Amino acid sequence: MSVKQNTLKTWIKSGSPWIWMNAGAVSIAIIMTLGLLTVIAVRGLGHFWPADIVEADYQVPGQDTKVIAGEVVQVEEIPRARLAASGLPVAAEGGEFMTRELFKVGNRDLYGADFTWVVGEWLSNLRTPQALTAFERREWGNFYGYLVNVKEAGQLVAEGDASWAALQQRLQRVEDLHGQIVRLEKKDIGRINAGLERVRLQTRKLELQGTLDAVAQADLDAERAIWDAEYKVLENQLGALYQAFNRDSITVRTTEGREVELSLGKVVRAYRPNAMSTLDKLGFYGGKLWEFVSDDPREANTEGGIFPAIFGTVMMTLIMAVIVTPFGVVAAIYLREYAKQGPLTRVIRIAVNNLAGVPAIVYGVFGLGFFVYLLGGSLDRLFFPESAPAPTFGTPGLLWASLTLAILAVPVVIVATEEGLARIPRALREGSLALGATKIETLWRVVLPMASPAMMTGLILAVARAAGEVAPLMLVGVVKLAPSLPLDGNYPYLHLDQKIMHLGFHIYDVGFQSPNVEAARPLVYATALLLVLVIALLNLSAVYLRNQLREKYKALDH
Amino acid sequence: MQHEAHTHGINIAALGRDKQSLNLAAETVAIEVPGLNLYYGDKQALFDVSLNIPKQRVTAFIGPSGCGKSTLLRTFNRMNDLVDGCRVEGEINLDGKNIYRKGEDVAELRRRVGMVFQKPNPFPKSIYENVVYGLRIQGINQKRVLDEAVEWGLKSAALWDEVKDRLHESALGLSGGQQQRLVIARTVAVQPEVLLLDEPCSALDPISTLKVEELIYELKSKYTIVIVTHNMQQAARVSDYTAFMYMGKLIEFGDTDALFTNPAKKQTEDYITGRYG
Repeated sequence: MSVKQNTLKTWIKSGSPWIWMNAGAVSIAIIMTLGLLTVIAVRGLGHFWPADIVEADYQVPGQDTKVIAGEVVQVEEIPRARLAASGLPVAAEGGEFMTRELFKVGNRDLYGADFTWVVGEWLSNLRTPQALTAFERREWGNFYGYLVNVKEAGQLVAEGDASWAALQQRLQRVEDLHGQIVRLEKKDIGRINAGLERVRLQTRKLELQGTLDAVAQADLDAERAIWDAEYKVLENQLGALYQAFNRDSITVRTTEGREVELSLGKVVRAYRPNAMSTLDKLGFYGGKLWEFVSDDPREANTEGGIFPAIFGTVMMTLIMAVIVTPFGVVAAIYLREYAKQGPLTRVIRIAVNNLAGVPAIVYGVFGLGFFVYLLGGSLDRLFFPESAPAPTFGTPGLLWASLTLAILAVPVVIVATEEGLARIPRALREGSLALGATKIETLWRVVLPMASPAMMTGLILAVARAAGEVAPLMLVGVVKLAPSLPLDGNYPYLHLDQKIMHLGFHIYDVGFQSPNVEAARPLVYATALLLVLVIALLNLSAVYLRNQLREKYKALDH
Repeated sequence: MQHEAHTHGINIAALGRDKQSLNLAAETVAIEVPGLNLYYGDKQALFDVSLNIPKQRVTAFIGPSGCGKSTLLRTFNRMNDLVDGCRVEGEINLDGKNIYRKGEDVAELRRRVGMVFQKPNPFPKSIYENVVYGLRIQGINQKRVLDEAVEWGLKSAALWDEVKDRLHESALGLSGGQQQRLVIARTVAVQPEVLLLDEPCSALDPISTLKVEELIYELKSKYTIVIVTHNMQQAARVSDYTAFMYMGKLIEFGDTDALFTNPAKKQTEDYITGRYG
């Protein structure tokens, strides 16, 4: 007994319990992180896989047999009693649990909803016919059915087996036309709109200044006439394009036998997952993924891509970094190098540290009150009186979002930079001063370059803190849908007053504000994964930069 | 008398020095210190120190730790200004002008009075950029001038042959001794009048120490050199004049040979024979 106690005692004394405890804690942390990433990756990425379309006979007891077709999205076990309680004619005897399957049946314009729950036990004769086709549409979600024929301007061009090839070929044409239309609408007409808006503002400005004489008026009118003429040309082009775009149509027979005519302009792509090989599916999957990261959202953000949100997030974080770095660094230099160290600097330091702990939404309220209304409103009154009453900067936008995040993140930059400055050996400062350098020269040439890795550390922490923030952004510039990017070819190129989309807000919006919950759920995971990736990428590039700097200024102490 | 020379521990003749005929009173004065008091806050660190540093000679400050020799050295280029609460009473005249007068350009003073520190402190830049640092501060940017200064400075510091093929590599890759000579090169590159060496060899190995000492010997024809050292052999080897300080006071100042072989004060004798310190 005493021997055993002794061994336990020595074991505790040896310190290995602590090592085990530490190792355990680290393992739990790693498992949790990996688990989190795996869950969002699997759920998010699985969404883009072209699942088989199942056709089945469905008979609710006591009713006629129906045929349904769709993708099985979810299967779950559910107590028989609960099914019965929900009013379904469930037989009283049988197992305690029944299966319930969620079918994505599409055809929202026909059925009203594109998801439906069915009881697994009532399904029979499950099959996956090769010809069953999924049509991804620009609106109304997917359509599932059998292709009957292809028409050009109402004239039949292909029917039966030949129609599939004809459809693919015509879809390609429609896709090209769509690209042209988007280019025309976004780029050319966008440019004209920007030009017209400039003319309007110019006119209003002169009017306000009281210097709008006949000559100026004539000039502006002439300019407006040029834009209008250009617009006329484009309008005609666009009209012609739209006509060509909607020229073809297809007839599709749904699984229960209704025939529907779809304009090809409405169809993004058509595919037959049941006939696809794994390789085909992989290719399709890649295409869908690419669409997700590179395309604009459609259908209340539940279809298409989220490129504007990625762009908005990165843009806002970069502008935030550009603002926060100089401010934080200058403040840290003053505090560490110039301010007389005493109670006051101590109080300021405590205040700065506490600032980092203020809840983010408080910054949002501050940003809205101070930046948007006060600063933005004043800017509008001073510099943009011509656009009143429409606000230019007196409304939430990219600049205010970035600034709000900047003040939210500035404490970490200050703290990190101060620590970096404190670590620069006194000997090096003295070495520089002894060569006839003034204090500011020493700072610029020796101290700051050597403290730059610390500043980068601060910036990394700031980016990590700011890029994932959502709450304050909802108040100061992030919106549900803003397909026009804040950076484009129209003067002044970077539109700081524009509202932006943001991945974090997108998750919230799609997840909780979407009318079509079932369609949106996988996108929540996919967007979350993307947000994690974007932040990781931003951080990794900053870490890489910092390591380069560290390498350059290493070996300080020897 | 022979017995006495032995007890003083350092045999000047054995160090291989030529016996010079030196006369402190006859030397041109580079730095004149007429009665200097220095305080760190309430604590007085230097007590009425008076001495004249002779021009183009090597003057060594010796004494036990905390005796104020480094503090005194740092008053010559006003490096003590950087210490909070440091206050100087009295004046120091460099070429007849008080460096503590109002309106003195401290940066210019420090260019004229260069300083080398205890630990080598090269900047984390290339060897080249280290040497031209002081020149760039002065706004000199012509490549030709800088190139010449680098070659001249490194040759003056006896480092040129070792580094001429890797001028644009980081100075942090050099050995400690090379780094210290690089610091000397960068100091002489701005052509100062006075070189202050604050225990320049304390962080170096014996071979590097020897090289730096040789260098000091070379440099003294051009510069007034003041060196603080803990190593009495070193003081005896490299200096022409030696000042012994104790507890913030200048105890004895004179010709090195005389001070080591025949100290006038009891305290000096106790120190160089190793009875304290």
